[in-house]
Amino acid sequence: MSGRDLRTPIIPERDKDKTPVLECVGLGIDFGGLTAVDDFNMTIGRTEIAGLIGPNGAGKTTVFNLLTKVYKPTRGEILLEGKNTANMNTIQVNKAGIARTFQNIRLFKELTVLDNVLIGLHNEMKYDLLSAVTRLPWYWKEEKIARRRALELLSIFCMEDLAEQKAGSLPYGAQRRLEIVRALATNPSLLLLDEPAAGMNPSETGELMENIRKIRDTFKIAVLLIEHDMSLVMGICEGIVVLNYGKIIAKGDPNEVRNDPVVIEAYLGKKGDIPC
Amino acid sequence: MKKNYKQIPMPVRYAINILLLIVFLVVVNGLIESKTISFSDSKIIMLIGINIILAVSLNIGTGYLGQLPLGHAGFMAVGAYASAILMRNIGASWLTIPIGMIFGGLVAALFGLIIGIPALRLKGDYLAIITLGFGEIIRVVLLNIDDVLGFKLTYGAASLKNIPKTTTFLNTFVVVIITCFVIHTMMKSRHGRAILSIRENEIAAESCGIKTTYYKTLGFVVSAFFAGVAGSLYAGYLGILSPGSFGFMKSIEILVMVVLGGMGSMIGSVASATVLTALPEMLRTFASYRIVAYSLLLIIVMIFKPSGLMGTYDFSLSHLLEKLLNSKRSIGKKSEKGGR
Repeated sequence: MSGRDLRTPIIPERDKDKTPVLECVGLGIDFGGLTAVDDFNMTIGRTEIAGLIGPNGAGKTTVFNLLTKVYKPTRGEILLEGKNTANMNTIQVNKAGIARTFQNIRLFKELTVLDNVLIGLHNEMKYDLLSAVTRLPWYWKEEKIARRRALELLSIFCMEDLAEQKAGSLPYGAQRRLEIVRALATNPSLLLLDEPAAGMNPSETGELMENIRKIRDTFKIAVLLIEHDMSLVMGICEGIVVLNYGKIIAKGDPNEVRNDPVVIEAYLGKKGDIPC
Repeated sequence: MKKNYKQIPMPVRYAINILLLIVFLVVVNGLIESKTISFSDSKIIMLIGINIILAVSLNIGTGYLGQLPLGHAGFMAVGAYASAILMRNIGASWLTIPIGMIFGGLVAALFGLIIGIPALRLKGDYLAIITLGFGEIIRVVLLNIDDVLGFKLTYGAASLKNIPKTTTFLNTFVVVIITCFVIHTMMKSRHGRAILSIRENEIAAESCGIKTTYYKTLGFVVSAFFAGVAGSLYAGYLGILSPGSFGFMKSIEILVMVVLGGMGSMIGSVASATVLTALPEMLRTFASYRIVAYSLLLIIVMIFKPSGLMGTYDFSLSHLLEKLLNSKRSIGKKSEKGGR
């Protein structure tokens, strides 16, 4: 891997001439004296599926929290479709086009599956409080459209029959899928998935891979995912960024990354004679 | 959702509900007019109505928003005094009641906004303490403001007298119905869902693009508004106001109604407000043990049914009718349930 330049973007050919959906330039954050993420440069193409991997505690979720402004970056810039997000908060970033799921599932557990998705569609509906209370015609119209849209989104994962069930009563895998649907409902241009395959069995993971691809193709959005399941990462990601101790140690397509000695060292330690 | 699940169309649902409510209003009003229900009983019924408004409005803060405001009696006091002072000055006419109520509600909502903006930055215990403090401040201010500023407004401990006794069964329960309808429709809209999402998971709500601060404040203000409306009904009900009746215990009394009925359940709040108002009045001889009974009841409910009597279940006549309709049609077959 001669001349690995960690600043060069990895964008698939088809997205080359379009504005990238996300550009991070020298992103970094310190917690007191601890530098959790430093000099993080990444570019994601319009319809790219990108992966963010690294050993435990490498700072992957911190990067997600920086992108969604849960944490304010100490250094660097985040450009979302060319627009600087420096002055935005979590809510505005979501409206600007980043939706995410959480590593430890954060669903609205006591509400129905349908309501969860409808909350995702909150900003898609426009009627004000007064017309909701007096139930004016456009309240019914917008609610009807939203309901249909929610069921449509649920049907991606064949979950429309579960619409009336409580979200908290769903099995683990279905809860993860529902979180993805809820994120999609906010109409993002970039979808951040934090360990979407955690707790899934191999056949479920395979299905999830298909679905992530399907989502990318139907919604024409970019996906950035954190995952420990290498079969999923290597299977669907077009570009991979490897993080260790808050710094990017490798970047490239799955094959490059898989064979990179630095990556192997980070995961397995030195003397990399064990096959990866 | 199911194809052969028979549903009642929206206009029919409304018609059934409106019809039943009108029948209820007319029948009970007739019974009161004809003295079949005694005067003192009719007073209790009015008090039930006022307490229902209080409980249902507090339910926004505790049940839907998931916070613990302890100053509901404060908002009630603000609404009661504001409308009482207004009603005394404009005299009794058919307009007095609605104007007084709206004015009382708006003043209380304004206080809700002023208190809500700083208080809702805090969570749990801290919010409880701030709102508790607010309720006490209101009571103490009402008690002393005349002496301090030399006004003749609240008459402090000597109590505000000669308020037009405008509250009747009919206007109380019309307001009860309006309150329940407004809160119900609000909660079934995108705004209501946003409020619920904050209770469920604030971080996730923000990541769904929901303006959490705005919706918390909104819930708080709407809750305060209806507390103020209830307060003005209370002013017209008693005809005399003294700050002592809006103390900390009143807030707790309302909270008990909400918790007992089930946080987040409107029918629960209505039912427990009814029972907890009627019971002590019916058992006059034991009235002094009311507080003991309250605490015991709360402890028992919390042990055996922590989510309250109704949980988050909400009664819907139309759903019930639909279920009946469908179970009749599919008697031979395995009965299909349509969600819920």
